[in-house]
Amino acid sequence: MTREEIKALILEIIEDIDEEADFATLQPDQPLRDQLDLDSMDFLDIVMELRKRHQLQIPEEDYPHLASLNSCVNYLEPLLKNA
Amino acid sequence: MPVPFSQAADSYDVIVIGSGLGGMTSANRLAYCGHKVLLLEYHHKLGGLATWFKRRGHIFDVSLHGFPYGMVKTCKKYWNKAIMHSIVQLKKIVFDNPQFSLETTFDRQDFTSILHNHFHIPQATIDTFFATVAAMNFYDDQSMTTRELFEQFFPGRSDVHRLLMEPITYANGSTLDDPAITYGIVFSNFMNRGVFTFEGGTDKLIGLMSDELEKNGVTICTRSKVERIIVEKGRVRGVEVNGRTIEAKAVVSNSGITNTIDNLTDHRAFSEEFLEKAAAIRVNNSSCQVYIGIKEQETIPDIGDLLFTSTAPEFDSQELLDQHTKSKTFSLYYPKTRPGHDRYTIVASMNSRFEDWTRLSEEHYNQEKELLIARTLIDLDRYLPGIQKKIDWVEAATPRTFNHYTLHTCGTSFGTKFEGLDISRSIFKEVGGLFHVGSVGIIMSGWLGAINYGVIVSNDVDGYLRNLNG
Repeated sequence: MTREEIKALILEIIEDIDEEADFATLQPDQPLRDQLDLDSMDFLDIVMELRKRHQLQIPEEDYPHLASLNSCVNYLEPLLKNA
Repeated sequence: MPVPFSQAADSYDVIVIGSGLGGMTSANRLAYCGHKVLLLEYHHKLGGLATWFKRRGHIFDVSLHGFPYGMVKTCKKYWNKAIMHSIVQLKKIVFDNPQFSLETTFDRQDFTSILHNHFHIPQATIDTFFATVAAMNFYDDQSMTTRELFEQFFPGRSDVHRLLMEPITYANGSTLDDPAITYGIVFSNFMNRGVFTFEGGTDKLIGLMSDELEKNGVTICTRSKVERIIVEKGRVRGVEVNGRTIEAKAVVSNSGITNTIDNLTDHRAFSEEFLEKAAAIRVNNSSCQVYIGIKEQETIPDIGDLLFTSTAPEFDSQELLDQHTKSKTFSLYYPKTRPGHDRYTIVASMNSRFEDWTRLSEEHYNQEKELLIARTLIDLDRYLPGIQKKIDWVEAATPRTFNHYTLHTCGTSFGTKFEGLDISRSIFKEVGGLFHVGSVGIIMSGWLGAINYGVIVSNDVDGYLRNLNG
């Protein structure tokens, strides 16, 4: 997956969680939590969806890597390079 | 719909023991993740303590008293939109005690105004208090108690402590001596938007959940009491139920953490250190309830949806637990609760200690139950004068009743105290494939806590199963 594809994947998962999420003004380097009103349960949903769709196992200690869109992409890029 | 136990297969990916809201949610999520799931319930109905019963045309809800707004998002994400759309607000929350009488929507805005105008607390103190509790997380330092938290912000103000604490004590069984985070997390959840309920009642909710489970392929068997969780070589192999062995790669127990460790699993499966910590788990208190049915054709005026009442001079966590407590909550169910079912019911709830009711002789027990009903009707008469003439059904439940129907240790209606959370979260590190879901640590209790915890645990289970499958 390219970085753009990974970004699209994350946004698609977030849209499933909250269909009213507004991505127009999303700052890719700022925390998703503050910008989109996501709580810790929503991040768990992202983890479960990534496992379901791409068999990715994200250990709890790596959850902080999911904080912003950019950090998600940086973290997932090597893991999804063959996806 | 549940299927006869004889139709259960010999092997599943996951077996869920117990169909409380946590167990049902785990089953649903794991089916959604593509696993083959069997849900086993010992009672003939699903729901655990999220239950109801019928008497003479009345439907009594046992634990539908009000939950936070977060339930809307949770039901939408982990159940379905029909369930989400049935959630409605309870707008009239009433307090009545010797220190104050007031009505509130029980949200931050209204509470801010009450604290400022009625209790004359400076605005800055109120704002800092709300900011402090809103920032609390379950992994925070837990050395501060709720009593210390209140003394820090509202020193010597027993009236304010009562306003802040009384509803939460009924909501999760916590006391002033429990960690402040167990208070702050739950209180903030409510303050977000107020108190909500499920239109259609518990029976409708559990019916919709049962349909959703079936749609997602979960096999459900009721009247199926698990006798034993089978552990071999440090991993679960399945369960023994109704004289049969059913195999599974993972077992999720929703039967109470103490039950899971002490009654369902061979102690040899656990390390000494784990058992020592588990033995120190304190279960939370139980409850007494009085169920009151109003005659058909009779009506009662709107006196509020939830009434926190007491004739005790001050709030005292021990007084609320006393067998003869002067404090109780009245939950009023008007016809709007179940549109089309044109009846009124009232449920009085009190917190209670299991041992106060188990030490009584059978005769004394029945006498105490009658006295409980009599005290409740006297209290209710203050709000609904002449109510006795409108009633055609009244009965009481005690901690013994809760123990009988849920099998919870000491009839606990709020799971365990804080230390139960760590044991529940770490049991799968002791026995591969064994997980626990249910009310633990005070914060993972109540309807919203139980459902969200069901999701958290299903994530662990899904991760475990996918690792097994490589």
